Amino acid sequence: MLQRLRENKSAQGTLLALPTTVWLFVLLIIPLILTLVVSFGKRSPDGNVIYSFTLDNYVRLFGYSTDCPEGQASCFDPLYVNILGRSLSLAFNTTFFVISLAYPLAYFIARAHPKQRNMYLFMVLIPLWTNFVIRVYAWMMLLRKEGAINIILGWIMNALNIPFTPLEMLYTPGAVLVGMIYEFLPFMILPIYTSLEKIDTSLYEAAADLGANSIKTFLRVTLPLSMPGVVAGTILVFIPVMGTFIVSDILGGRQVILVGNLIQRQFLDARDPTFGSAASLILMVLTLIVTYFYTRKFGFGEEIVVA
Amino acid sequence: MAAVDHVTMQIKNGEFFSMLGSSGCGKTTSLRMIAGFEWPTDGEVYIEGKAMGHTPPFQRKVNTVFQSYALFQHMTIFQNVAFGLEMEGAKEEEIKKRVGRALDMVQLTGMDRRKPKQLSGGQQQRVALARALVKTPDVLLLDEPLGALDLKLRKEMQLELKALQQQLGITFIYVTHDQEEALTMSDRIAVMSKGKVQQMGTPVEVYERPANKFVADFIGESNFLEGKIKSISKDEASVFIPGLNAELVGVPISEGLVKGEEVNVCIRPEKVRIADKHVVNQNMFHARVTNTVYIGADTHIYVDVNGAKLKVLEQNRISRLDPKSFYTVGQEVWLMLMPENTLVLKKD
Repeated sequence: MLQRLRENKSAQGTLLALPTTVWLFVLLIIPLILTLVVSFGKRSPDGNVIYSFTLDNYVRLFGYSTDCPEGQASCFDPLYVNILGRSLSLAFNTTFFVISLAYPLAYFIARAHPKQRNMYLFMVLIPLWTNFVIRVYAWMMLLRKEGAINIILGWIMNALNIPFTPLEMLYTPGAVLVGMIYEFLPFMILPIYTSLEKIDTSLYEAAADLGANSIKTFLRVTLPLSMPGVVAGTILVFIPVMGTFIVSDILGGRQVILVGNLIQRQFLDARDPTFGSAASLILMVLTLIVTYFYTRKFGFGEEIVVA
Repeated sequence: MAAVDHVTMQIKNGEFFSMLGSSGCGKTTSLRMIAGFEWPTDGEVYIEGKAMGHTPPFQRKVNTVFQSYALFQHMTIFQNVAFGLEMEGAKEEEIKKRVGRALDMVQLTGMDRRKPKQLSGGQQQRVALARALVKTPDVLLLDEPLGALDLKLRKEMQLELKALQQQLGITFIYVTHDQEEALTMSDRIAVMSKGKVQQMGTPVEVYERPANKFVADFIGESNFLEGKIKSISKDEASVFIPGLNAELVGVPISEGLVKGEEVNVCIRPEKVRIADKHVVNQNMFHARVTNTVYIGADTHIYVDVNGAKLKVLEQNRISRLDPKSFYTVGQEVWLMLMPENTLVLKKD
């Protein structure tokens, strides 16, 4: 038996892939099918699923409403479309700012002395040792009215003799954006660093030798060669930002509702799993579409492996 | 310690100049200072009579062929070669024409759409060459460009490079640790060691008249015999060699030697004549064969002369299939050390 397995390469492969395949099938494929089935169902008055085939949930998600003023039978309610749009634009903005912050830092680390590089990378990773939710709560402590930022600003303004009223920073879209950027920064720094670190320094010298100054060298050599890292980082950041609800829940309160929050509330508060399922699938499709066009333009980011 | 210490080299226009030495001798650092990747802490680099000072590489009319080729993997061959011209702001038409000509020159016509990874090592090397030459530099710097190629291809490329240099008339400064390569291609060679130039001269000069023991040992092989100058004239000396218990008469000398000085007498293995009979000659010595090594074109014969060990190289001009056709271990032989083929060197 063992002897035969040793000789059979394809059986070895199957055996190695088996645990993950089972795992993914049970915990991804089956739930996905269930979600799809439920999303076509109806909610019973007591919050259970009545299995049927209706597109009501999707239609409602895209703005069809029967709850209309002055005897209209139906009208357009932009509530959910707005939530989808807000989630998309937040994901775009977060990715943009994360790239802008991560790239220079990754560049700095990649060009640092090899002995210092590991220390810098270590520092990038330290925040990840603390739980995600706790880190978001920490931002609450910083941003709230009686928080650290307002206290320090108060001291400064007091010293300058300028009247100061504490800023309302918590529960704003800005707070959510800052939280997202903070949470996902390491996932952009690491792949960009990996791709920058792989660039042979003689390429920079070759570019200079051929007449390129440092700006042209960056644009023509460094940036294109580090694009796989940027692409990988973007995938690692954009997709989770689209779906997460913790950051907006804690830092956005009731003010900033994203698709993630919508789905969570449909399942837990509104007790409407059918609508929640439809929203989940739309979120997935939306994410896939964006990722598809993005990777078609920039490739798949060969360095999705985080160093 | 300085990587390069008080090095003065004057390289002529249109010359094929090599810096030869083992790793860490300062040859690459010297090249990088000419390119502008490194700046000398003291002294100056002049190109076309202009002091370079801290001029950055992209403002020097000098181009480099890197040891690793340093091709841009994300660009096609055309884009690689065109890069330098684009940086000059050349027009599209002109770029096309010049890149085409450069690729023809290195025999890569029609490869322009490929990526570097799709080419063989030798072809990549040619792309690196075309990319540097298309800029028509005053000086082309080559940092062991053939190091990664196999022996046969390397020898072909050596001749090709030399022909290309003669055809273009551009000054080539070539860094190598391979003495044969330097001898094959160069007009002049600077033999370097420990950050200093040990000797500068034509291939014939550095081989036939090495300036010191290091050069004699580094380029080719040498037998060294310790001796003492007995009498000296303008350019010849008689040297007593205790190891041979004999005197060599009429030996050419290098400068600055005086009577009574302890010296090294140097003779190349291929310049030692070996015979099985004694011929009348005052520089003839009795010896015994201790080992022979057959290496195809030549045979190395190791001999013992009164305790002094010498290496002799004999060309295999006739078939050695018959063992009797050659010297055997233990055989008594006669060596002739022709004075004009030996050289007296100062002791280091």
